Amino acid sequence: MLAIKLAFKNLMGAGLRTWLNVIVLSLAFVLIIFYNGLMDGWNRQARNDTQDWEIGNGQFWHPDYDKFDPYTIEESNEVISDEIQTLIEEDKVTPLLIRQITIYPQGRLMSARLKGVDPNQEIIKLPSADIRNSQNKYAAIIGEGMANATKLKVGDQVLMRWRDKNGTFDAHEIEIVSIFNCNVPQVENGTIYMDIEVVQEMANLHNQATMLVTSRDYENTKLEGWEFKDLNFLLAEFDKIIESKKGGGMVLQSILLLLALLAVFDTQVLSIFRRQKEIGTYMALGLTRTRIVGIFTVEGAAHSILAAIVGAIYGIPLFIYLSKVGIYYGNIAKASGLTIAETLYPYYSVGLIITSIIIVVVSATIVSYLPARKISKMSPTQALKGKIQ
Amino acid sequence: MKNILISLFTFLFLGSLSAQNANKIIEKVDANMSSKNRIVESSMIIHGKRNSRTITSLSYSVGDKKSFTEYLSPARERGTKMLKLEDKLWIYSPSTDRIIQISGHMLRQSLMGSDLSYEDMMDDRKLTEVYTAKVVGEENIDGRKCYILELKAKVVDVAYYSQKIWIDQEYFVPLKEDLFAKSGKLLKQTTFSNVKKVQGRWYPTKMVYKDMLKQGNGTEFIVNSMKFNQEIQEYIFTKAALKQ
Repeated sequence: MLAIKLAFKNLMGAGLRTWLNVIVLSLAFVLIIFYNGLMDGWNRQARNDTQDWEIGNGQFWHPDYDKFDPYTIEESNEVISDEIQTLIEEDKVTPLLIRQITIYPQGRLMSARLKGVDPNQEIIKLPSADIRNSQNKYAAIIGEGMANATKLKVGDQVLMRWRDKNGTFDAHEIEIVSIFNCNVPQVENGTIYMDIEVVQEMANLHNQATMLVTSRDYENTKLEGWEFKDLNFLLAEFDKIIESKKGGGMVLQSILLLLALLAVFDTQVLSIFRRQKEIGTYMALGLTRTRIVGIFTVEGAAHSILAAIVGAIYGIPLFIYLSKVGIYYGNIAKASGLTIAETLYPYYSVGLIITSIIIVVVSATIVSYLPARKISKMSPTQALKGKIQ
Repeated sequence: MKNILISLFTFLFLGSLSAQNANKIIEKVDANMSSKNRIVESSMIIHGKRNSRTITSLSYSVGDKKSFTEYLSPARERGTKMLKLEDKLWIYSPSTDRIIQISGHMLRQSLMGSDLSYEDMMDDRKLTEVYTAKVVGEENIDGRKCYILELKAKVVDVAYYSQKIWIDQEYFVPLKEDLFAKSGKLLKQTTFSNVKKVQGRWYPTKMVYKDMLKQGNGTEFIVNSMKFNQEIQEYIFTKAALKQ
């Protein structure tokens, strides 16, 4: 208690020097929380969006399907069994049939991926009902990214060429009936969505699908003839991106923290040098060396406590504001090709705040202790005289 | 009733006669165009939006199962080699010194930016194996009398469900070919000209391929020299020959 009282008294006595240290340390503090909160917010939003738009609670793939190998698409189809049909009717899974196609927007040849989707499904956020509401059998929906790449608008017709399961060419005009806005690039890039029954007829693959997307509340992971891919598998690439982004951010945060800690270290060295008589007096009064080291260490570490308080004064309103208003990334988000919303809302968890406090306090304590160790080697008489040791 | 039956039988009889004639015509076309083997030096002129470029190549082929092509010019393509064995295709690129197998959807990509896909080069089965034919008329093309044949696929694994071919009545050489999708949409058009006699066969030495769904002026394929039934070393049709 004495150590804490003395520490704060001395800190206040040091005036501007203390407050400069505290401000730099609080900046490091706020930045660490802000950056990690931003990453966590992005991670939460992106996972949520990917689940909403693409993967639900996981997907059942045809055993031969490999999303990284387009060669597998042609042969990766399985008949939708009665059991699966029941699940479809209960809105627990929705089938997708994937084919490779070629489109000719403005006479240019362009390879794309055609996904047959159930127009009545409500498991993924795709506006598949727009297909149902169209009178055109060859009604299609595309994302904004695809619309920009192909320069197609709602109501446009574009020629599509495809092959059926036997390899025979066929071609027909399709009509773009709606264009949706989505934060998940892989949902819209190079992809056209049409009624699954029409795609099955086009490919001569009646009642077949490439994959089944499960609803958010569907827990079963076994279906005869299909391989279940869980969220960890389907989001593995995204998790790696977040990890690498966090890693990159850590370097910057460490540099800022090191600078702040260097200031604390300097202050400690200076105060031990200048306050030798005080140290000698403590010794003469009978305080053990360990206790004196403790007083000086607490004094240094108290910088971090003050930094946490100062950081909270300007950080909390800032964090509350940002988590409500968000940070607008606009078109940069789409251009990046990553799953990222136009406006990111940082997410500050209790865990993140506590971890950040612990990191700053512990590191400040360590850098305060290192110069204070010198006290244990001081001779009391020399210290009282204030002679340099 | 009697008149109806007579008309029906006459129609069926003429129809079957037309089919027989058509089959004989495409058999003659196949006999004329197919050979044990051939060596062709050719130029492919690809007409782009802004400019045209010419690629020359030397091809060796045996029947319809094996072929080997080496690109001779321009400098950028020089040394690129292509080997087709049955339904497999490999490409060797000297800049990367790698052999790549082209399969799946890559076969549908354009061959060096032309109107031909790799797949178009792969599918060279005889017409009689794949289609049933019917003579639907006659027409003159560049002053040559032609039969117009309508071909419908008789096998399921065929790229173009139907074709319309104009066959020279004297030389049994196709002078024009329209390739259709299942829906009846015209996908590709080929015109053949400069028919010359080579070692007793009549052969078109200029072909213009046009992808009808794409903008552009098509791709010209000009045969500079052609030899049939030559001695071709067997090692040419191996992957090892690609890197030589």
